[in-house]
Amino acid sequence: MEQSLETKRGNAVISLLLLLLAVLFLAPILIVLMNSFKGRFFISDTPFQFPTAETFVGLDNYTSGVAKIGFFNAFGLSVFITVTSVAVIVLFTSMTAWYITRVKTKFTNLLYYIFVFSMIVPFQMVMFTMTKTANTLYLDNPIGIVLIYLGFGSGLSVFLFSGFVKSIPLEIEEAVMIDGYNPVQSFFKVVLPLLKPIAITVAILNVMWIWNDYLLPLLVIGSEYQTIPIAIQYLKGGYGSIDIGAMMAMLVLAIVPIIIFYLFCQRYIIEGVVAGAVKG
Amino acid sequence: MQKNIQKYFALFALPTLIAFGISFVVPFVLGVYLSFTEFTTVTNAKWVGFSNYTKVFSDQDFLNALWFTLKFTVISVLSINIFAFLLALLLTRGIRGTNLYRTVFFMPNLIGGIVLGYIWQLILNGILFKFDVTLTFSPTYGFWGLIILTNWQLIGYMMVIYIAGLQNVPKDLIEAAKIDGATRFGILKNVTMPLVMPSITICLFLTLSNSFKLFDSNLALTAGAPSKQTTMLALDIYNTFYGKAGWEGVGQAKAVIFFVMVALIVLVQLLITRRKEVEG
Repeated sequence: MEQSLETKRGNAVISLLLLLLAVLFLAPILIVLMNSFKGRFFISDTPFQFPTAETFVGLDNYTSGVAKIGFFNAFGLSVFITVTSVAVIVLFTSMTAWYITRVKTKFTNLLYYIFVFSMIVPFQMVMFTMTKTANTLYLDNPIGIVLIYLGFGSGLSVFLFSGFVKSIPLEIEEAVMIDGYNPVQSFFKVVLPLLKPIAITVAILNVMWIWNDYLLPLLVIGSEYQTIPIAIQYLKGGYGSIDIGAMMAMLVLAIVPIIIFYLFCQRYIIEGVVAGAVKG
Repeated sequence: MQKNIQKYFALFALPTLIAFGISFVVPFVLGVYLSFTEFTTVTNAKWVGFSNYTKVFSDQDFLNALWFTLKFTVISVLSINIFAFLLALLLTRGIRGTNLYRTVFFMPNLIGGIVLGYIWQLILNGILFKFDVTLTFSPTYGFWGLIILTNWQLIGYMMVIYIAGLQNVPKDLIEAAKIDGATRFGILKNVTMPLVMPSITICLFLTLSNSFKLFDSNLALTAGAPSKQTTMLALDIYNTFYGKAGWEGVGQAKAVIFFVMVALIVLVQLLITRRKEVEG
């Protein structure tokens, strides 16, 4: 269809507006990046000025920040906890969702509703008692916290997987079981591959949550171990003693991995988030 | 087939159920119980009836936080959804670069609350410096700072959900309305809006619960300053637990009240908007 002159003009105005908004959306990140190369006394008062010969300090903020908070340890720990927890969540909650969808009893029905219920309970409700339980059971270490994340992430994940399992026709599983597959084989060889799209959604939603999570790891393992958000909050330290140069550099180092991850898998991330939201 | 699968309960369901029990079910039940007791560790709890609850409602910090959170939630939910919907309208007109804009607007959503807080602290303090004040000079600045921050974080997220909804509106329906002489606003109000009602339900749900439960960015941006006046509910509960010795029981009672409020708000919203979906 031919576009009228009027729509063409309208679209030009909209394009300009969108361009402006895009710059506005990117500006905060670029300003932090710019300030990470400035001396600490030239940041708070004049954050919108480019580094000059006088204010430019090269990578000093990065080296001092990395040393202060042990950034690479925090990064390694964040990667370990996120990757392990998400893998464990995807594997076990998909199995559980399949089980409670295929086995129809009063008990599995009740379980389903408790999982759904847990999704609306705010973290503060169980924050104190969960931390105490984790301490008592010696789960206050990087391995133990994976179990905590499995428990805490299971509400949404079981819910999303269950919704998807319901849409898989029973006949497929019945056919392979008649052919001699036991339930373990039919789940791993037939059902799990079919769950791939929703597994990607579940994985992405959980990565976004666990990677950025602050309070849960602080309370459970924070006295001995620091993830990236904990390390950044720790940098703020006591009253007014903040090294804002190091802070800028660490903010950049915290953002860069997520943005790289995002640029590589953005189609999956956006589609996954939409799918998760629409099903939820 | 059901009987056959049931034999594998221990493999398929048990790991998730154990983790879920440890990190959610037990802490939840224990949390409700402890809100009626006085305790410092879980084991020395002494039954005190409703006295923690009466203390909550005479605690000025809690009432301030409640009022602040309610105001914040109303304004952030409205602003985020209006901007996100408008952006979604702009990005579904087939303008060149649509995918790029979508990528940019969505990006802030991947950054965690702690990091977001420090990014905006830098920028807002930089602007306010020109007026010789800082972000923690008045609670009004902190309030609008948090509004800007959450808008920046969530607009892109809601936008992609609205875009998915708008793309499901059949084109011929809009053409038909145009031929019938409907105005642009009339089409938006009477054709588009009712059809994207499911997206509106989801976005309201997500923004409501995100705003009401905000913690990380609140802590990083102002940490409640000046003098606790920008403390939101989640942060107030945290401060009661870990900042006031002997107030653990009151903290737990606050957490229970917080949970009930979140549940009520979310359920009422879902009921209202779901009904609109059916009518539409």
